[in-house]
Formats: sequence, structure tokens, C-alpha cells
Amino acid sequence: MNPDSEKKYTTISIPTPLANKVKERIQGTGFSSVSSYTTYVLRQIISSDEAKDEAFSKEDEERIKERLRSLGYID
Amino acid sequence: MITPHGGKLIDRTASESEREAILAEDLRTIEIASGKAAEVQNIATGVYSPLEGFMTESELVSVIDTMRLPSGPAWTIPIILDISEDIEVGERIMLNHNGKPMAMMEVDEIFTYDLNEIAQKVFGTNDKEHPGVAKVHAMTGKFAAGQITLVNEYEVPFGEMYLKPEETRVLFQEKGWDRVVAFQTRNPPHVGHEYVQKAALTFTDGLLINPVIGKKKTGDFKDGVILDSYKALIKDYYPEDRVVLSTLLIDMWYGGPREAILHAIMRKNLGCTHIIIGRDHAGVGKYYGPFDAHEIFKDFPDLEIEPFTFRSFAYCPKCGSPVNDKICPHEDLVMFSGTMVRAIVNEGKIPSKELMRPEVAEVIAAQDRPFVE
Repeated sequence: MNPDSEKKYTTISIPTPLANKVKERIQGTGFSSVSSYTTYVLRQIISSDEAKDEAFSKEDEERIKERLRSLGYID
Repeated sequence: MITPHGGKLIDRTASESEREAILAEDLRTIEIASGKAAEVQNIATGVYSPLEGFMTESELVSVIDTMRLPSGPAWTIPIILDISEDIEVGERIMLNHNGKPMAMMEVDEIFTYDLNEIAQKVFGTNDKEHPGVAKVHAMTGKFAAGQITLVNEYEVPFGEMYLKPEETRVLFQEKGWDRVVAFQTRNPPHVGHEYVQKAALTFTDGLLINPVIGKKKTGDFKDGVILDSYKALIKDYYPEDRVVLSTLLIDMWYGGPREAILHAIMRKNLGCTHIIIGRDHAGVGKYYGPFDAHEIFKDFPDLEIEPFTFRSFAYCPKCGSPVNDKICPHEDLVMFSGTMVRAIVNEGKIPSKELMRPEVAEVIAAQDRPFVE
């Protein structure tokens, strides 16, 4: 296995003034570091794009509706 | 529709071909109890999104220390698999429930962790009288982490009323509901519950009444009694097109404020935008303040699902209606409580109409043994 593929974290660079603004912003929140906040924001952006691609297919939706009908939740 | 927690609804159920291939493997098996099986079901069906498996040590540390996953999303209760078997990292194992294969797990990590530290940090106490602490101390202290793939669903009691996140999301979409409020319950409804639900429904499009199905304490109402009593209430007192009754598997930790956040996350994944949080939500004994489960939401401005917090509710003889302490100036209020209802039923009496709708009281009275024994 490539050792790089086992690394779970890497370092990225952002401008220091931006990092300082993030530090101010996360005070009093549950975010423990600039890294955790930055990871959260990036994940939100990326997953919202993925979510658009991965909405229920027509087949999935029809299968689900069929079960809901059979259980009496929809007509 | 509200975005699932962490951005994506997780689906870890095997396709038919994957299922056949996994079941054909000769995997080492580990038997899991019903509480852990409920967690497997919740992971696989997306109730616990964004979790895809049992937590690693770094995830556990992050959750108990910061109440967040390392990637940032809020998460307040560890979802961990304790083991006693000698298994190896990289191994694929089968998690069996009641002797039947339930989920394949790819073991990424084996670690040990101090149970005292987990209990103290999560529950704020190490008192083994606390049921959550007792559950932690019943663990082995050795944990396996990794992604799971569901091959056989948990056999949920009252399965005809059990809806997964993909189902509630399609259902709310079909009903045209954008703002949906969830109500978690472990009791038949008294008038105070109805008052709170209808107050919340006034400001939303739909109400999800979401009784907890799973292991209960001795003396709790049986699942069937709770469901039948809600059916009776909805039939006669709720607009049919504004309410959904469906169950959710939860193995309670009685973790008070931390568990309130987990309950909110689960309802967010079901597609709810709001959750009703009452006094001492998910609490037990006197371990938490009555409004700790309200205050904790202030630490999670990014949670997206919002709490409707209610301090207390009571019947006011002078107003002649249910009230709460913000809207009624009178004294001599009759406080609503599940404990009071249980006491009345235990004495073989029928709760008054001020406390409980007659149709609901009839459902309970018709039961020989309404309580878990």
C-alpha cells in the first residue's frame, strides 16, 4: 500500500488574516480549531454539491412511494 | 428539504449482489445485543448520518472532548462497538443479531479506552446508578472501529409503523411540508403533550410524532399501548393531513443535554426542521438541570434543526385550559406528567379528561398489563 494513502490529514495554506478571522469567529462555538472549522466549511460545500448529484433516482422514489402507499401513509 | 447532517444521507445497505457475495464469505462472527443492533440499523439507514460505521479512537476522543466529529459536525454521544474477541485490523467480520447475520464490518482500528473517562465526560458523572454510565461500564473497554454494510435489517417491532429517513423525506415532500417539527415520546399522550405538539404545529407545516421503540425500563408503558393511544388521539383530535405517526429505534442513554442533541440530529436526518425539547429531555434522576437540554443548543449554531423549547406545562383550573408558566399568572396549577399518569393507571383508575383525552384513557384501560414488567 502506498504510505501516502494511509495519511489521514494534510496541511493546506490559507492567508494569515483569514485564519485570524476564523479564530475570532469560532470563539464560543463548538469548533476547537481553525482546521476543524475549515474542514467543516469545505465538507459542507463539497457535500452539498454531491447531494445534488445523489438525490433519489426516479426508481428509488417510486419504490419508496410504493411502500408508503402499502402502509397507508399516502394515497 | 433540510440537508442531512454532514451533508449527505448515508445508505450502508448492501445491494442484492453485494449481499449475496458477503453472505457467501466465511467471516468470523460477533453476536451483538439489541441495543447495538439498533445502532447498526441506524447507521446503515442514515438515521446516524454522517456516520458510516462505529467510531475510531480519534472520533471517540473528539466526540467526548468537543461534542463534534473530527470533521466538524456536531456529535455528542459515542457510537462505539466494544468487543471481547481477538480480531485483527483489516479483517472483515459479521455482526450477528439473534444468531442471524446483520452487517459486515471492515475493521479499520482496534483500540482500548478508559471507561471511567467516557462515562464522566459524556454523562458528567461516574455514578453507576445512572443508566448510561452503567451501560458504559458494562462494556469491555476494547473497541473495534470501521464501516459497516447491512445485509439483513433489524426486525423492528411494529414494523408497519417504522419509517427510515429516505421514507420520511419522500413522505414530507409528497405532503408538501417544508417545515416539520418532531416530537419524541415514550409515553401515551396526555393533554399537555397535545398542547405542546399543537403549539409547535401552529408554526410549521407538519408534525412527526416519533415514539421510541426499543429497550425500555420496567414500569414504562409498552410500545403497543403508546402507539394505540396515539392512533386514538390522532383519529379524533388532529387534522389528518398535518401529522405523521412513525417509530424510531433508539436505545436510550439518558444522557440529558448531550442526548437531546443526538435526538435532534436523528430527526434532522429524517427531514425535520424543528424538534420539541421539553423539561429535562432525555434526563434521569437529578443528574441534569431541568433546562440543560435547552441551553446546550446555544453551543451548536450550525446544527440547522432548531429546538422548540418548552419549560413546563400544566392544567389551570381558572383558565380552564392547558397553560405554561410564560402565559398563565395563576397558582394551583395541575402539572402534567407521565409519572402522574402511570400512578393513576397503576391504581386502576382512569385519568380525568383535563389530564387525558377519554379516547386515550380508554385504550390504556383496555390493557390488562400496560407496563413493561
